[in-house]
Amino acid sequence: MSHPRYVARSTAIAARPLGDEMMIMSATTSTLFTLNEVASVIWQAADGVTPLDQIVTTKICTQFDITPDLALKDAEALVEDLASHGILLLSDKPLPPTAGSRGVAP
Amino acid sequence: MDEMLAKAQQLNIPLNAQIDLTYRCNERCVHCYLDHDDHGEMTTAEIKDLLDQMAATGVFFVTFSGGEIMMRRDFFEIVEYARSLAFSVKLKTNAVLIREKEARRLRELGVEGVQISIYSHRPEVHDAITKMPGSLSKSVEAARLLHSEGLRVTFANVLMTENSADYQAVRTLAAEIGVKSTLDPTVTPMMDGDRSILKLNVERSQLQEVFRDPLLVKDVEEFCAPPRSATEFDLDSPSCSAGHTGCYVSPYGDVYPCVQFPLPCGNVRKQKFADIWRDSPQMNEVRSIRLRDMPSCSQCAHGATCTRCPGLAYMEGNMYGPSSQDCEKSYARTGIASENLKRRNAASPSFSSLNLVQIQGLQPTQ
Repeated sequence: MSHPRYVARSTAIAARPLGDEMMIMSATTSTLFTLNEVASVIWQAADGVTPLDQIVTTKICTQFDITPDLALKDAEALVEDLASHGILLLSDKPLPPTAGSRGVAP
Repeated sequence: MDEMLAKAQQLNIPLNAQIDLTYRCNERCVHCYLDHDDHGEMTTAEIKDLLDQMAATGVFFVTFSGGEIMMRRDFFEIVEYARSLAFSVKLKTNAVLIREKEARRLRELGVEGVQISIYSHRPEVHDAITKMPGSLSKSVEAARLLHSEGLRVTFANVLMTENSADYQAVRTLAAEIGVKSTLDPTVTPMMDGDRSILKLNVERSQLQEVFRDPLLVKDVEEFCAPPRSATEFDLDSPSCSAGHTGCYVSPYGDVYPCVQFPLPCGNVRKQKFADIWRDSPQMNEVRSIRLRDMPSCSQCAHGATCTRCPGLAYMEGNMYGPSSQDCEKSYARTGIASENLKRRNAASPSFSSLNLVQIQGLQPTQ
């Protein structure tokens, strides 16, 4: 069984919902990202203390028609990608509560 | 970004907002369109509440400007609060009060960019414009500090009679430091309608020269080409983002479509920001205007390609009318007179001898 992974939004970002998408700008590179509806749910749930598999189970599988295994696989690919751009933090241990998190929820 | 703006417009979301934190300033620039008194600025709590409301309404990009933003003692508290709400924050400043500590703090706060007013590479010119001895030296030093902290810095220059010979050297100075630079060829009227400062606008010949400078314009031939005809799409398109995806809030809480468009739409001390944005009759009128609604501009050869500013048109007396300063820029680019210029020319036989950039010359005689 794999260890739980924790995800937290970086503080070095700006973010705002736009319709069912999420705009995210990296403060370090000024790169602008747009997350779709599913990715936005993961982003908003990335509080540093909820394991990714729990986010997938409670937030994704309950809202979208997708199997848990496939959803987790896609979610892991997403968070790896976002982490590579420095806009999401990944850890095997819980992370400090995310600053800069107010204002990102719809 | 274009897709994002289109979606924001479709959803009626003000993606961009400029908040002037104060009109007080430590400089007294000759071309400034503001007074510098405090007529009752929003308190820290009021600004934080406004930021809360803006975040809830969908504002993503906030620009703090003034006046000089650092004249407010709560400046860093406001920026910190804005960043806690995940805004993308940009600053417009003369940077005179920014030293190592301030530069470091701005970097720590994740400020997206800092625009610094630089009017010349020569202290005797820049300082004469700002009326603050030593200001160029301080502003440039601040730019170096901010850049060394990794912040994105842009020099903002305004082309005017006092500094028209120096814009290329300002660009060179920016490049030496490693920052960007912009050049605005338009001095705008004061917000109270006083047009006297328009005499600072450059001669038409200088404007033509600037528009043909390959260092400023990527494709001079294309930029200065005769205008294409307006299509149905053009006729149904709005002028700019003012009131569509952007707005401006004064230090006193007054909401306008744009900093350059002083049409009062409401006040956040009396109404919710979202209510003003969505329901203000003035804001809704602004966002309803299309090129086909403008009697002169819709018939003009430049209709599809003009940089017409509706705010400048409003300050000229009619937001459905032309902006003579933009007519002049279109003429300087292409050598083709706008409908507005032709009409004025026909009305005044001596018009051709006037310097059209100096709009003051077009005001009714006393």
